Amino acid sequence: MTSERSSGRPSVRATTSTLTLANWWDHFLARWGVNRMGHRVDPGLYALGQPKPDSPVFVTANYTLSFDALRSALPNTDAYLLVLDTEGINVWCAAGKGTFGTDELVQRIDAVGLAEVVRHRDLILPQLGAPGVNAHEVKRRSGFNVKYGPVRAADLPAYLSARQATPEMRRVRFGLLDRVVLIPVELVHVLWPTVAAAIVLWLAAGGLFAAGILAAVLAGVVLFPALLPWIPTRDFTSKGFVLGLAASAPFALTLLLWKQGGPAWIAPAWAGAFLLMALPVTGFLALNFTGSTPFTSRSGVRREIQKYTRLMAAMFGGGIILLIALIVIGLVIER
Amino acid sequence: MMSSVSAANTLEYDAERCVNCGLCSAVCPHGVFAQGEGAAEVVNAEACMECGACQLNCPSGAIQVESGVGCAYALMRAALKGERESDCCGGGDTTCG
Repeated sequence: MTSERSSGRPSVRATTSTLTLANWWDHFLARWGVNRMGHRVDPGLYALGQPKPDSPVFVTANYTLSFDALRSALPNTDAYLLVLDTEGINVWCAAGKGTFGTDELVQRIDAVGLAEVVRHRDLILPQLGAPGVNAHEVKRRSGFNVKYGPVRAADLPAYLSARQATPEMRRVRFGLLDRVVLIPVELVHVLWPTVAAAIVLWLAAGGLFAAGILAAVLAGVVLFPALLPWIPTRDFTSKGFVLGLAASAPFALTLLLWKQGGPAWIAPAWAGAFLLMALPVTGFLALNFTGSTPFTSRSGVRREIQKYTRLMAAMFGGGIILLIALIVIGLVIER
Repeated sequence: MMSSVSAANTLEYDAERCVNCGLCSAVCPHGVFAQGEGAAEVVNAEACMECGACQLNCPSGAIQVESGVGCAYALMRAALKGERESDCCGGGDTTCG
């Protein structure tokens, strides 16, 4: 970094507002969790268009999805883009960790020699970077004023022409598309444990049981993010139970009809064991989705964990014990 | 005096210390604060997600909140391993929109 300064002229790289096929492919891989920490841009100063000393300066993270969202939102704009080293993590998460933060911003301003590149002293930061940046301290240490722009890069043209963010631009949203793009990485996270569990259950309890548990997992990682605002109840876990019940009910009913022969209580016991295992699976996956939303508070999640963890563990454990008992009883009856 | 604004979260606010700079209402992604006549007003207390942006950007120490990530995975891992509760999106093994 010191070499950039001592060489006299700060190095400024050129970029464009156009996304290439390679960029889209990179976004696709990032969404599927491929090489998760490797979607990075080199930190430093970038020139978008033909910026002059009076052109605005936008600050972003060195995650390709963040950088590309910023530059593609600014077609036909001359601006400087200051990319912080957030280790390939998006603005919001990096701000929470402090890597998109006051220290890194102040050091990066100095390293690229920003004071010599632009005449003004204003920086436009994404609003969601604010949990990591103390605007007053940045001003004191660097002389630059932090202006918080809108939450979404797509609102930047409107922000620039109005010179202020409307209350609407300041609110974080979590619409259907925002939720659906998270599904692939949720799927990738549960893939191998789910495949392993499905094979074991298929061998031990039959294809129908295994397929039902698979449906419970898919309900948690695919349907839950997609349907989140429309599922009744308030807690994530109870929403998961509701969705899990909807997904599991057809399998439970089929088990009830199929598992005939032997004592009359055998079929309901199979359906019961299945539901005891399936519901906490969806509930747990739903609870886990809290970390992917932009509105759950730590207090709220902690309350939910205290409220439901024991219940889910008891249900799942009870379901497994009942299932093992039914398998043993089945073997005895066959003899 | 600092006082809690909602039983649902850890946000506390002292209107007497507020210098009405407007940054808290600018940084809050859930519209918890709004700019008032002489001081910021809490208008949507329940929606606070404890991100900590308002506290960090408040120049007069009028806001306090136990900030942290509202992520079950991070909290359960912290409870199991006795780690500090943080880094939901750290090791690249969790989502985090």
